[in-house]
Amino acid sequence: MGDKVLMKGNEAIAEAAIKAGCRYFFGYPITPQSELPAYLARKFPEVGGVFLQAESEVAAINMVYGAAGAGARVLTSSSSPGVSLKAEGISYMAGAELPAVIINIMRGGPGLGSIQPSQSDYFQATKGMAHGDFRLCVLAPSSVQEAVDLTMEAFEIADRYRNPVMIVGDGMIGQMMEPVEFKKEVDPEKLPQKEWATDGAKGREKNVITSLFLDPADLEKHNWKLKGKYDRMEENEVRYETYNLDDVDTVIVAYGTTARIAISAIELAAEEGIKVGLIRPISLYPFPYDIIKKTAADVKNFLAVEMSTGQMVEDVRLAVEGQKPVYFYGRPGGMVPSPEEIVEKVKKIGGGSR
Amino acid sequence: MREEIIMAGFGGQGIMSMGQLLAYAGMKEGKEVSWMPSYGPEMRGGTANCTVIVSDSRIPSPLSSRPDTLIVMNLPSLNKFAPIVKKGGTIILNSSLIDSEVKRDDVEVIEIPANEIANKLGNSRIANMVVLGAYLTHHKIIDIATVKESLKSVLSERHHNLIPLNEKALDRGTEIV
Amino acid sequence: MKLIAGYPDSLTDKPFHYCPGCTHGIIHRLVAEVIDELEIKEETIGIAPVGCSVLAYEYFDFDMQEAAHGRAPAIATGIKRVHPDKVVFTYQGDGDLASIGTAEIVHAANRGEKITTIFVNNAIYGMTGGQMAPTSLLEQKTTTSPFGRDKNKEGYPIKMSEMLTELDGSSYIARVSVHDPKHIRQAKRAIKKAFNTQINGEGFAMVEVLSTCPTNWGLNPLAAIEWLKENMISTYPLGDLKSSGEVD
Repeated sequence: MGDKVLMKGNEAIAEAAIKAGCRYFFGYPITPQSELPAYLARKFPEVGGVFLQAESEVAAINMVYGAAGAGARVLTSSSSPGVSLKAEGISYMAGAELPAVIINIMRGGPGLGSIQPSQSDYFQATKGMAHGDFRLCVLAPSSVQEAVDLTMEAFEIADRYRNPVMIVGDGMIGQMMEPVEFKKEVDPEKLPQKEWATDGAKGREKNVITSLFLDPADLEKHNWKLKGKYDRMEENEVRYETYNLDDVDTVIVAYGTTARIAISAIELAAEEGIKVGLIRPISLYPFPYDIIKKTAADVKNFLAVEMSTGQMVEDVRLAVEGQKPVYFYGRPGGMVPSPEEIVEKVKKIGGGSR
Repeated sequence: MREEIIMAGFGGQGIMSMGQLLAYAGMKEGKEVSWMPSYGPEMRGGTANCTVIVSDSRIPSPLSSRPDTLIVMNLPSLNKFAPIVKKGGTIILNSSLIDSEVKRDDVEVIEIPANEIANKLGNSRIANMVVLGAYLTHHKIIDIATVKESLKSVLSERHHNLIPLNEKALDRGTEIV
Repeated sequence: MKLIAGYPDSLTDKPFHYCPGCTHGIIHRLVAEVIDELEIKEETIGIAPVGCSVLAYEYFDFDMQEAAHGRAPAIATGIKRVHPDKVVFTYQGDGDLASIGTAEIVHAANRGEKITTIFVNNAIYGMTGGQMAPTSLLEQKTTTSPFGRDKNKEGYPIKMSEMLTELDGSSYIARVSVHDPKHIRQAKRAIKKAFNTQINGEGFAMVEVLSTCPTNWGLNPLAAIEWLKENMISTYPLGDLKSSGEVD
């Protein structure tokens, strides 16, 4: 530990899971995240982990449900169409309060879409994953190192709230190589016992893992309890980064790899004397509304940049509360916005050179 | 310093590993690096390309829309990427496989008969190392010695017997610039 | 004085919600008795399905997980891979196992998951109100096959047990019935063998239990027993369909 290694995002996330003490993976092959399961299939035997390729995405997420309910730290990964199939199981996990980490290396959609990078699952991840009144904690890394750090943290957050946590990366995060450092290593044997887990009712009352509450009064109570957890997440788990916010006209809001492209755009704009800053949401749920709202007082306008036709931009508008105009620039379908295009858009919305 | 490089050629010309080697060596020298492959169906048979960025500070976009340097190993790659090279940038091309002119007068063009040199060394597959050696002599962003030290980490173990040959190819590359 | 009959330790004292004449209660009790006799109550984790037995976790007095519809074998796989030394079983109906969960049961069996499945086949969807099941008999009238199941339209009663015997990963597959005391005793033997197959680490084990649904069949409990005997057994023959022979 401590040494830097050059790793592909997908493999780095897999190694991060091992370092976080995760020893169980259930998944189904899909591009562009295939290196992640392949890495674990290779590495898990060395650490006594269990890797199982399931017959379907649906089966995989239910294996995760079973393993999580049995008290294990467990991981699954997929890409957009596969996550849609997993949605059912994720709803059940949220309902049964099961912690697990789900990786979505997003690709273009809808339907089979493409295999190129995309951010078109923002709505799915943050708002409409599946039926029922629930939320996932959603984290969006913009570098391989951050993918490592957030994956390790995701297991802690999942356990803290007994709730699934999703890491969303676009295909670029999965495919690119950058130096990473694994800052700590968790011994799975030393993780705190989960007293609620079903591991055999020896010397205790039986435990039941369920999302079924037939009596509406019971379910309402359960719903408010879950809401309480989401409120605590909103209080404690908001993560974001700001860049160059002093004395700027336009603030770009972008997450993941797009935020890095936005920084290139900001550098480019600066060459022309155009002052642009960035707010990069790291947690997509809970969304960093407050910093955006606060910033609105000091700038002319906002520009949301996404690899989609406009999803996160709705949260930016909610945050700005009509104080300033919010514009959008997006490239969907697996296309990636260039810094030059972003600068053009900044000029067009009159974030104006001084 | 921030150097953005696009490397491109046929699949099988060692484009991806050339990029990884450069990124790895950059990391070893304590620099910020990123390596971004093109991925998808075109990974097999078609053109392969990757973007490597080496920098003294945090790297913003891991993609490059106006690279400082283009290293191209075949003609389709030259046609595809030559127009986006930064004004005043560099194009290093494999003249063994590219006999067409670069239609730009605002970039420096370096022609390396990489396949011929590699063949003389006994293995056409090390043409990539000849070019890399030439590039790093022209652009001293990373020490060739660091690149040599990195070979062991980047090449898979079954190719470790080829390390001396790779080193020789890197050296030949340094001599022709 | 020797107590020769009692209430199984592995059942809670919560009264069953099942309809009069439904045989789920008998099957629950058989599972509980077997778990008591094998002294594995503290080692057992059960998975309840979606269907009439969705509340099985309220009746079994050991650790339980409630599954999404059809997914119990996947959940069992997850649990068993985390706790290979524990006993894991699924309790599933015909809609759950033979329709929406076909992939999960086939692949769990094919992997030779060391789990036990109790498959309750009553040839109809009970909880949702008497719709046609994949195991409904030809000509059987249900709310979604009001003129009788037509093989040309709805295909044939699916024989899950026979299908699973073909898989190399399955070790013990039996079909039993609970329509009279003799068959109930045979059913218990099979259930015990299915748990022992798991405990001995052999592979996947399943017992299909033919069961009644008087409410949705539109019959009184006695007539339902007769209907099972007269109609179901000819389509679903009883006996050990596959047995490794190493456990009894």
